[in-house]
Amino acid sequence: MRAVVHEMGIANSILEAVQKEANRYPGTRATKVGIRIGELAAIDEDALRFCFEVLARDTTLEALQLEIEFCPRKHRCDDCDCTFIVRDYDFRCPTCQKITVQCISGDELELAFVEVEEDEPSAVGTKSSQ
Amino acid sequence: MNRVPLEQKVLSENDRIAASLRERFRQHDVLCVNLISSPGSGKTTLLERTLEALPRNARVAVLTGDIQTENDAARLKRFGFPVKQITTGGTCHLDARMIERHLADWKLENLEILFIENVGNLVCPSSYDLGEAAKVVVLSVTEGEDKPLKYPSIFFKSELLVLSKIDLLPYVPFEVNAAEENARRIHPGMEVLRVSSQTRVGLASWLNWLQRKRNAFLQLKAETVS
Repeated sequence: MRAVVHEMGIANSILEAVQKEANRYPGTRATKVGIRIGELAAIDEDALRFCFEVLARDTTLEALQLEIEFCPRKHRCDDCDCTFIVRDYDFRCPTCQKITVQCISGDELELAFVEVEEDEPSAVGTKSSQ
Repeated sequence: MNRVPLEQKVLSENDRIAASLRERFRQHDVLCVNLISSPGSGKTTLLERTLEALPRNARVAVLTGDIQTENDAARLKRFGFPVKQITTGGTCHLDARMIERHLADWKLENLEILFIENVGNLVCPSSYDLGEAAKVVVLSVTEGEDKPLKYPSIFFKSELLVLSKIDLLPYVPFEVNAAEENARRIHPGMEVLRVSSQTRVGLASWLNWLQRKRNAFLQLKAETVS
């Protein structure tokens, strides 16, 4: 699909993954999806939620909730091996002030979980999410 | 209610295609470099100077992405190397499937370096792996030196920062050291090259970086095979 903002393609990928997962459990419907977004992932939450709503509208996933866990940028010091959260772009090790550090998290763009419930008899989809 | 753990990348389909491209590049010894910048930072001009400087028999090719027009491909084709335009028709970035599709009728065994010029945008291209060996971010001195702090993702993921248009430094209030420092606050140890495509200052260091990168790429392959 065409994505004028990249959040559209990302929302679409999330919905596709949820649909695929839901298809593995006949008689259930997905109610919530959990994703993890790192601060270095270049994802705008409002844009993502907007795209998600637009794409899910009038599909079997219309009521799907989106739960976002934001992940801070974390570094590990090469020297003293401590791990720390980077604030205000200050990437130096807070313990030994060294700048030889490795980024160990903060660029996540991951699907964490899907919650499914038993289907209600009246819940009939009108359109696929594809 | 049941919670099913998923634990997968959101863009796993893109990543799957990117991984297969990366494997093909590795098999055929093709160094793939993904050039990313905001619009107008000089990616195409840097590629023009690069192609111009290479020997006629160099085995390089370019895929150049834009939302509309074949203009960049026309500019780059003048140097006699294979060049193909990818027009996305609105999409703000290239994805791995577009690369796969546009490589379909090129023989990778005939290439040593493949340049991908991404759509001018510092945000979206950073999320999409194209199977490249390295992302290179280009920042021109007519922009702000705080761009690395405003768009951290791409500076974090790029191996090299090319500061372009440095011939304009006398005329603009750009603090070149501050820009480098900002880039390294996001990406400790990031390599930076200062280049002017007009005066060709720094062009040799860029060509040298490409050569070093390709040697390291081949070396890595030799080590993993043996």
